[in-house]
Amino acid sequence: MHESLLIYKKFKYLKLTLTTVILCIVLYLYHSPIGSPNGGTWLGYTLGTLAALIMFWLAWFGARKRSYNKSKGNLEEWASAHVYLGLALVVISTLHSGFQFGLNIHTILYFLMMIVIISGIIGVYFYLKFPSLITKNRNGLTTEMMLTQITEIDEDIRELSMSLDDFTVDLMTKAIEETVIGKSFIIKLKGVDPDCHTSLARKHLREKKFSGNNKIREQLLSKLTRKEKILDQLRNDLKMRSLLQIWLYIHVPFTFAALAALIIHIFSVFYYW
Amino acid sequence: MMAEIFKVAIVGSGPAGSSAAARAAKLGMSHILIERQDHISDTIFKYQKGKFVMATPDFLPLRSDLNFQAGKREEILDVWDNGLEDCKVNVKFDTEVTSIKKEKNFTITYADGKTCEAENVILSIGLQGNINKLPCEGAELPLVQYQLDDPEEYEAETIVIIGAGDAAIENAVALSKQNTVIIVNRRAEFARAKQGNLSLISEAIEKGNVEAYYEASPVKVEKDSITLKTADGEARVPCNRIIARLGASAPRRFVESCGVDFPDKEELKKDPKKRPDPRVLPEVSAQYESNVPGLFIIGALGGYPLIKQAMNQGYEVVEYIGGNKIPPADEPLLVEKFSVLNNQNVDDVLETIRKNIPIFEKLNTLLLREAILESNVHAFKKDDTIFKRNDYSNTFYTIYVGEVGILVDPNDPSQVVTLNQGNFFGEMGLISGRRRAATVKAISDCIVFETPRRTMLKLIQSVESVKDNLDKVSMLRQIQTHLTPGVDASDLQELIETAEIENFSAGDVIFNQGDEGDHMHLIRSGSCTVSVKVGGKDIVLSYVPSGNYIGEMALLSDQPRSATVKAAHNTQTIRLTGKAFKDVLKKNSSIKNSVEKKFKERINQNEKMEGQPEAGNIIQFLIEQGVGEGTDVLLIDETLCIHCDNCEKACAETHGGLSRLNREAGPSYASIHVPTSCRHCEHPHCMADCPPDAIHRAPDGEVFIDDSCIGCGNCERNCPYGVIQLAAPPPERFNLFSWLLFNKGPPPGDLRKSTDYKNKKKKDENQIKQAVKCDMCKDIEGGASCVRACPTGAAARVSPEEFMSITSLTS
Ligand SMILES: Cc1cc2nc3c(=O)[nH]c(=O)nc-3n(C[C@H](O)[C@H](O)[C@H](O)COP(=O)(O)OP(=O)(O)OC[C@H]3O[C@@H](n4cnc5c(N)ncnc54)[C@H](O)[C@@H]3O)c2cc1C
Ligand code: HEM
Ligand code: HEM
Ligand code: SF4
Ligand code: SF4
Ligand code: SF4
Repeated sequence: MHESLLIYKKFKYLKLTLTTVILCIVLYLYHSPIGSPNGGTWLGYTLGTLAALIMFWLAWFGARKRSYNKSKGNLEEWASAHVYLGLALVVISTLHSGFQFGLNIHTILYFLMMIVIISGIIGVYFYLKFPSLITKNRNGLTTEMMLTQITEIDEDIRELSMSLDDFTVDLMTKAIEETVIGKSFIIKLKGVDPDCHTSLARKHLREKKFSGNNKIREQLLSKLTRKEKILDQLRNDLKMRSLLQIWLYIHVPFTFAALAALIIHIFSVFYYW
Repeated sequence: MMAEIFKVAIVGSGPAGSSAAARAAKLGMSHILIERQDHISDTIFKYQKGKFVMATPDFLPLRSDLNFQAGKREEILDVWDNGLEDCKVNVKFDTEVTSIKKEKNFTITYADGKTCEAENVILSIGLQGNINKLPCEGAELPLVQYQLDDPEEYEAETIVIIGAGDAAIENAVALSKQNTVIIVNRRAEFARAKQGNLSLISEAIEKGNVEAYYEASPVKVEKDSITLKTADGEARVPCNRIIARLGASAPRRFVESCGVDFPDKEELKKDPKKRPDPRVLPEVSAQYESNVPGLFIIGALGGYPLIKQAMNQGYEVVEYIGGNKIPPADEPLLVEKFSVLNNQNVDDVLETIRKNIPIFEKLNTLLLREAILESNVHAFKKDDTIFKRNDYSNTFYTIYVGEVGILVDPNDPSQVVTLNQGNFFGEMGLISGRRRAATVKAISDCIVFETPRRTMLKLIQSVESVKDNLDKVSMLRQIQTHLTPGVDASDLQELIETAEIENFSAGDVIFNQGDEGDHMHLIRSGSCTVSVKVGGKDIVLSYVPSGNYIGEMALLSDQPRSATVKAAHNTQTIRLTGKAFKDVLKKNSSIKNSVEKKFKERINQNEKMEGQPEAGNIIQFLIEQGVGEGTDVLLIDETLCIHCDNCEKACAETHGGLSRLNREAGPSYASIHVPTSCRHCEHPHCMADCPPDAIHRAPDGEVFIDDSCIGCGNCERNCPYGVIQLAAPPPERFNLFSWLLFNKGPPPGDLRKSTDYKNKKKKDENQIKQAVKCDMCKDIEGGASCVRACPTGAAARVSPEEFMSITSLTS
């Protein structure tokens, strides 16, 4: 019933892509231009045009994804075609260039395009990997349920620490009030917070001298440990959900850069013609 | 001096009673209007403040001395108050009627013991019934209330809420925002509430926003506290306010005590365990007169759930008491309906219907008029298609003139069963809630009545002969369709005669593993699960939807039942005796072969499933989530879902900015997630109580709500899966560009997630609200937007039959 975008309709778009790519290679081998192969021969123009068309179509995906009202067909099909045709670009554009790389706008275009493609590959890898891990990590809880549990533990901690010395109370208050889940961009992506106030509080409590009732200390420690575990879970969740989006922050801007480069490329070759 | 004997006493001042009283006053008839509250029309009085009241159905003319037009609750009540004053109606407020006895005249007794007498009584007390009071001392103290209008009114109070139903939970959660709330539950858990409310209350209790007392009951209320009996003894809880939400007892008992008969009286006598079905209505004549002469029943109590209908009836019944037999207000509508019949006189047509169509024969004129009024009259030409196999319609057809043919075999159009005048068809879709089993065509030019599902259900519940007639014919047809295709009715005589219809609720055992197998069942509506006990645990082997038979294995093998069969939800079966069935098999080798083939398939499948307990667990999980009674359910594969919420965005964008699905909400099991979204149930619970009958099933199966919704919220309460919301009409939207540059219209995406919009919404609370739900994108080219917008293929809409099949679960 559910089919991932890679196997969509029995690899329909993989098949389409492979056919196109093999055809291009055959043509390339068969083709023997005067001089070395390059973008300026008839095959060069053909492959270049094909590559450019594919690229515009791939970029159009962003608009398609958001036109909920006007479009028939389903997005998965587009995504499946997007992934495979995007990969085909590697071969098609390389053949088009005739392996002539240098320090020029043409190669910059090639380079930008490759960044988009590689980020795309990473994206697909994330898409395949994280969903199951997210489910597993959540272990039947929703984000909201985890947050509720933390609130509860916080209340318990507050109550337990009421009778303790100022230093410990301060420590615990910090653990309650200053524990943040996605503090910074980096911490979000790492999924661990080295300065997590809950961990710090637990460490202090375990290692430092403690003047109060030992039973309370044990209880506090166990609450803090439990909270850390849920925090881990939440941070992990956030990390994976961020990773599922973060690659698009490379994929999309570089798409625009590559499109700009492509237009310049086309103009420049006609200009110097 | 003897007290006055009124010509008519009207009990209950809703739209029905008020309109009757106004008419009586206008006619100069001596009358009294008795109302238990200190204001008229308590049902409408209790609507949410500023609610927009609708005057549905539009086509029905209003006939009353009181005015009524769609408008705000307050305006309407004002108009009526003034109207009653202008007509000089004799109203007695704050007086609850507790008994009505007939000797020569009626003696009407009030709660305070006083009485009055009248020649006629009009009972128009609606369906509110009596609110159950706290069963303890102090129930009338001022700190106890039985209703909550606006939770925001209260602040910083300690409030005790008694009850564990939806109303209690909703009140508790709403009040807990600004108050200290304690909820008192008689049981150990909140089992009676809807799923959505259940999670709300559990969450509130977990978070500590609401304190809960379980297995506790009130013993005493004092002026600032309540004493509870709990498992650990008595506890006195100081509080500022007590809100008791203990439900209401239906008015049926009171009505019966007045001597009025209900059609299911005999049935209930036979089976004292059975609880009366609240949907069964008292029997009344064409003039709304009950079996007690002079006692009339109108309005919601008589089964007419809309204001305009109620008002018209009030007028008509008083005219009748005054000796004027006026034709009902809907007469012109019937004339219009019958225009295809060459302008025959309405009464003649109704008489012919009664004579020629047996299933309608025993209907009284009132019910017949109403049934026909709600039906469509179609004139089909020879060879026209009436409906197609696999359509999802659930209307019921009767043949007035002409012949129709049922194409029983989809592969062989020459196999036609002919039905002629007076017969009915389309009942299978009505009963099973599933697709049409065959195509039906007009064989000659013909005239047929198409009656909506709700009207038919009402007739089935309230008129025994309709039910009997329908059951008998449909039983034969169902057996012929699903069990013994091609066998003549005469060869099935014994089977039919010994067959019985049985009802099961969710979880009921139809038969147990190890039982003796002397009968089998054909599932008529609903569905079942088959399970075996292995090492003390139930392992589900399969899900069997309606249209299939079960229990044939033990019959054929002459061995005890090899498995337990339970109803997955409300299920109706035809129970067939083993002997009669075996006789049929003896005479028909082809059927014997097909039954044996199925038998072998099932054995194979069961063996396979026993080795795959996980697949069985998935079935069990899905059944618990109501997937089994759905026809089209959104399931999300958690191994593919990237949590992008594009499904919700797509739904919001295609449905006025309100997503009808909540992806994150809802349970998961084995990587299958069931989000909060409509299951398009076979027998939609949401349809049950919709006053304007605004909820329908489209030919492709989509359950949708049309514009006639009056926003009463019944469907929202009745849907067990919490997928209906009441919402104001969507604001106009502009394209992305205008929004970005000129801030025109709301932002794109789901409006509920935009704070800007939320604030704006708060400002105009008084908008017309209507119910909205998933309509499966029936008006959108390409179908379900949510599924089509999913980039990874995680979201799919599936039918339970396909999804819960062995091939799909074990592959
Ligand atoms: C939330 C909601 C919204 C609705 N919106 C609409 C709408 O927009 N348009 C529409 O057409 N319909 C609407 N309806 C339906 C409509 O309210 C009812 O059909 C209508 O009120 C029924 O009228 P009635 O006169 O039969 O009974 P009711 O209006 O219920 O009146 C019965 C009266 O009898 C009194 N009474 C009861 N028992 C006794 C007793 N023993 N002694 C003395 N008095 C007694 C009650 O206090 C009450 O005042 C809505 C219903 C609800 C619940
Ligand atoms: C995705 C699209 C494209 C990519 C990635 C691409 C990339 C390249 C590269 C890397 C080269 C080699 C530059 C060199 O010789 O140093 C090249 C050459 C060339 N390309 Fe493209 N190209 C694309 C599309 C096009 C299009 C659409 C056209 C023309 C319609 C075109 C015309 C040419 C020509 C004429 C050359 C030869 C220029 C020369 O030899 O100086 N290319 N291209
Ligand atoms: C030059 C080539 C490519 C271009 C121009 C391109 C462009 C885009 C654009 C514009 C989007 C829309 C992003 C958004 O709006 O959310 C997108 C999404 C995506 N691309 Fe590419 N892409 C290219 C190649 C690839 C390749 C090679 C892959 C994979 C191997 C890939 C995988 C994806 C995926 C998985 C998405 C996200 C789908 C979703 O979540 O909706 N892309 N791409
Ligand atoms: S809205 Fe109706 S059809 Fe949909 S799930 Fe609820 S009861 Fe079933
Ligand atoms: S709110 Fe629901 S039950 Fe009430 S009228 Fe609308 S659709 Fe019908
Ligand atoms: S099918 Fe359409 S209406 Fe239903 S949830 Fe999906 S997008 Fe919304």
